[in-house]
Amino acid sequence: MTINYIDSISADDLPATFTKFFVESVSVGFPSPANDYLESPIDLNRYLIKNNIATFLVRVSGDSMIDANIANQAILIVDRSLEPKNGSIVVASLDGEFVCKRLQLKPRLCLIAENPDYDPIYIQHSQELDIMGTVTAAINKFE
Amino acid sequence: MKLIGLVDCDNFYASCERVFRPDLRKVPIVVLSNNDGCVIARSKEAKNMGIKMGVPWFQVKQSYLAKGGKVFSSNFALYGDLSKRIMHILGSMVKNIEIYSIDEAFLDLQHIQKTHQAHEFAIHCRKTIHQWVGIPVRIGIAPTKTLAKIASHIAKRETKTGVVCLNKRDIILNTLKNIPVNEVWGIGRQLSSHLNKAKIVSAYDLATVNMRFIRKRFSIVLERTVRELRGEQCLEIQGFSNPKKQIIVSRSFRNRIDNLEVLKPLISNFAVRAGEKLRHEGQKCSQVSVFLSTSPFNKKLKHRGIYNMNFPNPTNDTRDILTGVKTILKKNFKPGYPYAKAGVLLSRFSSESIAQISLFEETNTLKQNHALMKYIDSINQYQTQVYFTAQHHSNLSPMKLSMKSPRYTTNWYELPSVN
Repeated sequence: MTINYIDSISADDLPATFTKFFVESVSVGFPSPANDYLESPIDLNRYLIKNNIATFLVRVSGDSMIDANIANQAILIVDRSLEPKNGSIVVASLDGEFVCKRLQLKPRLCLIAENPDYDPIYIQHSQELDIMGTVTAAINKFE
Repeated sequence: MKLIGLVDCDNFYASCERVFRPDLRKVPIVVLSNNDGCVIARSKEAKNMGIKMGVPWFQVKQSYLAKGGKVFSSNFALYGDLSKRIMHILGSMVKNIEIYSIDEAFLDLQHIQKTHQAHEFAIHCRKTIHQWVGIPVRIGIAPTKTLAKIASHIAKRETKTGVVCLNKRDIILNTLKNIPVNEVWGIGRQLSSHLNKAKIVSAYDLATVNMRFIRKRFSIVLERTVRELRGEQCLEIQGFSNPKKQIIVSRSFRNRIDNLEVLKPLISNFAVRAGEKLRHEGQKCSQVSVFLSTSPFNKKLKHRGIYNMNFPNPTNDTRDILTGVKTILKKNFKPGYPYAKAGVLLSRFSSESIAQISLFEETNTLKQNHALMKYIDSINQYQTQVYFTAQHHSNLSPMKLSMKSPRYTTNWYELPSVN
């Protein structure tokens, strides 16, 4: 019974999905020569962020780091998992406020701006300095 | 001996509010529930001020603020993101982890043989989480989940290291003497009062009770707790969370709503949100329900009810859910009743990948368009940009969130600012 039914089926009776299946799978002509060289597109996340679990973004307000190519309104990539070294650019909280400066550990603990208009900040014993993380990149957008 | 660790974030929501606010390090913080109704989280300083968990905000507001306390509406975008980061760190450190809640996880410490290694490992975990995410946690280590809970509870007081190991039999029993039975995991108020009547007051009493007595007078669940207190592992770490069985989106309204035309768009928002969650879980549902409730304080016009509608075929198409909600509302809404709360519930799930075609092709199969829903979800992921006509446009969230902190980690426009 069923065999007879299938024999008598015409193309018009095929369900839509069935037709579609044929259209997609039967390829005509030459395959693209690029097929063997497929690579995933460039991913900025992978370039800019090593450890995404420990990475946070912050926005700069001010030009105290302009000579380090960090403009006002730039977005900084801050990695909390990296141990800050002498000379690292860091985001730190100083007396309850976040600042972005270059860290100097030797000879005296100090936060240095990269702009001649700003004086270095020497950390007094009474002050609390917490390093939130190391700045690994800055994004300055032009448009 | 197999060991289990419980990682518990200290005052999680309050701690989250501090991560990007170094100025609040020592300031008392409370976080309020949806609609700013009750206090749902307190920093240590706020606890010391005598602010109780769950207290209505208006009762403590004046004196709390006068003493310099800081208050926040709940910011679940922030808490969820920080929680996810913490769970990722833990997941990379152990073979198996059970995420128990937004701020708690059980760790399988099978790979660790000796207690001092477990202790060192826990200290390392804690340090990493604090360094990478900025959230303080405490860790309890013990042979069973129930004991690990108790260990983490004690770690609360052990502020120095934040890590407590309960592994030796005599140490465990000694510790249990100081734990009231109602603080044992899984023992509620009612059960503990029954136990107290049977002269079981401390966790030690429960651990040393005659098992036959427990079996006779209580339940098998309690028997399991007793075994766990004795160091016998009965509850395993459930690596993969079970898929959800239902999804609820509900809100209390700031003002009472007695008009269907006002309510419908708001409930449509719940339906749309529920649909998003459903697709995120990779599920389809066969039933949609709507619940409606007037305020419990209103004694005159009372209406509380939950109403269901079944789909002929499992669906995760928002349009189907909206149609269901509309039909239910039309039938069951009582005009003139001052509704205080409403919600949409999706249930009877089946996996997205399993297609069930009902014998009789009915309405919703034709409309189902997976690609369209996926596309809308991707557009709306960060900010709602595509609406269904049934939705309320201007006020997508009826929640009152007046004191919410910025979404520091999930929104480009709310990033923390540095000088």
